[in-house]
Amino acid sequence: MKRKAVLRVNAKLLIPLILLFALYVQFHGDFGPGGGFQAGVIFGSGFILYAIIFGVEVARRVAPAWLVRIGLASGVLLYAGVGVVGMLLGSNYLDYSVLAHDPVHGQHLGILLIEFGVGLTVACSMITIFFIFAGQRPGGEGR
Amino acid sequence: MIAAQLPALQVVMPLLAAPLCVVIRRTAPAWSLALVVTWACLAVSIALLIQVLDGGTISYEIGGWAAPWGIEYRVDLASAFVLVIVSAIGSVVMPFARVSVVREVAPDRIYLFYTMYLLCLTGLLGIAITGDAFNLFVFLEISSLSSYVLISLGRDRRALTAAYRYLIMGTIGATFYIIGVGMMYMMTGTLNIADLATLIPAVADTRTIQVALAFLTVGVSLKLALFPLHLWLPNAYAFAPSVVTAFLAATATKVAVYVLVRIYFTVFGAVQLLETMPVRGVLLGLALVGMFAASAVAIFQNDVKRMLAYSSVAQVGYMVLGISFATVTGLTGGLVHLFNHALMKCALFMAMGCIVLRIGSVHIRDLDGLGKRMPLTMAAFVVGGLSLIGLPLTVGFVSKWYLVQAALEQDWWPVALLVMLSSLLAVAYVWRIVEAAYFRPVPAGAPAVQEAPVSMLLPMWLLAGACVYFGIDATRTLEVATNAALFLLEGVR
Repeated sequence: MKRKAVLRVNAKLLIPLILLFALYVQFHGDFGPGGGFQAGVIFGSGFILYAIIFGVEVARRVAPAWLVRIGLASGVLLYAGVGVVGMLLGSNYLDYSVLAHDPVHGQHLGILLIEFGVGLTVACSMITIFFIFAGQRPGGEGR
Repeated sequence: MIAAQLPALQVVMPLLAAPLCVVIRRTAPAWSLALVVTWACLAVSIALLIQVLDGGTISYEIGGWAAPWGIEYRVDLASAFVLVIVSAIGSVVMPFARVSVVREVAPDRIYLFYTMYLLCLTGLLGIAITGDAFNLFVFLEISSLSSYVLISLGRDRRALTAAYRYLIMGTIGATFYIIGVGMMYMMTGTLNIADLATLIPAVADTRTIQVALAFLTVGVSLKLALFPLHLWLPNAYAFAPSVVTAFLAATATKVAVYVLVRIYFTVFGAVQLLETMPVRGVLLGLALVGMFAASAVAIFQNDVKRMLAYSSVAQVGYMVLGISFATVTGLTGGLVHLFNHALMKCALFMAMGCIVLRIGSVHIRDLDGLGKRMPLTMAAFVVGGLSLIGLPLTVGFVSKWYLVQAALEQDWWPVALLVMLSSLLAVAYVWRIVEAAYFRPVPAGAPAVQEAPVSMLLPMWLLAGACVYFGIDATRTLEVATNAALFLLEGVR
């Protein structure tokens, strides 16, 4: 699809907006509708659109497998890690109130970090799933 | 301070280690990490059991939110007992896994095996520890999804279809469970298990709750492979890598049995469910039919892993039978069989892992004369097999003794007789393997076979030894199981 000028130009216009909107959904999640999962899906779909229009190989260069894999893992690590920090600061697992001087700020910070972890893992999962299916060739196992 | 955090640590440690394995990616460090974490889990679960034995039920508020609203981790005797079973098997399997996984899983996927193994452990431990019906569903999904991946890691292409089939059945089971929880939430407005237990009696006569109970029973029965709902299990166990089978056979169905016990004796504890509703007859009937039908099918299996898988379905029958008595003796028998069956099945499947490592097949025709070629492996298999039959001085005898006693207490002597008769079927299928391994000559021209490496023999013999040790001196296990049964039945009486 690289030769279709309309698609290419439109995708170039849209992708930054999609990624920006994903970030809005991500970081606005604690005030309005949104959150990590939705943001992750939107962010991932930006990459997927790029891969569909410009080819999987090119997209692979932007998001190499090792980077996506580390993103996949570090999202979960961030989530679980925030919980452990709560424990180390002398409260229960996933208690955000102790993360800052003021419990309200602590709750804000906690949910922000946790949702970011969710978003990261979901976006990387979407990208991984797409790449695995896109990399499959008929009659053989793709990598 | 650490003592107060143990309930969270129990689940968080494997949860943190799983993504770390993805980051590490190299086989040896991933294995070391998994080894350390699983043994730490065992230490935590034993510490929790001791805490519960000393000071009673522990409650832990996740995130500092108070119980009926926030998620509560609740460790009582029954859950502490299951935690010890799961983490003990999880840790003993790990040293065994290192060599076996290299043989049976593609090299570039080994780190995935350790990741999924740790996630599965997280899920199973979470199910046992949580005091929240919805959180239980989340952990059920964590353990199920990771076990689908674990099964599909098998080198046989049929592992994929087996995993897919399990995925469909498991998803139906989990969906039914969550529909049941949703209906209970509709009527009571709470998801906390202890809170549900106090609110259910007031609405127990409504149709919604009765339908909820039906959904819960069928959903969980799918997960624990109760007789007519067991069809996913034989292929899943037969085509999964041996380590996976050893781990799942000893833990996954046990945890599902625990969920059933929780629903019947805690959530619906005050309703005297088994006396007032026709649940008991259904459970009793299915358990008995399962004991015989699955054992009978097992006799005709030529793939030994499949044979053991069918035997697992039969053994689940014993556990459900124990539940259906709803007496202290019966429930003790059922609960102690959770532990006992975990020991023997894990040892038996480990023996299969050793045979796959050296011979490459577990078809019964390839086992000819194996008693001479791999004496230690086959001896462990025999110990496990005798346990399965329920010979005195093995753990299998202890559980069957209690089940027979429970049946006689209620004057259900036909049931007692059937329990003993079903053991004869176990003799038949175990004997087929013994005959092949010890009474048939080594086939001419068979390549020389080495005994399995020490790293695999040691865990296998640890479990086989435990089968005998806890068969001779069952006071410790019976004490915990009896107290857990008493504790659970307090809700009923």
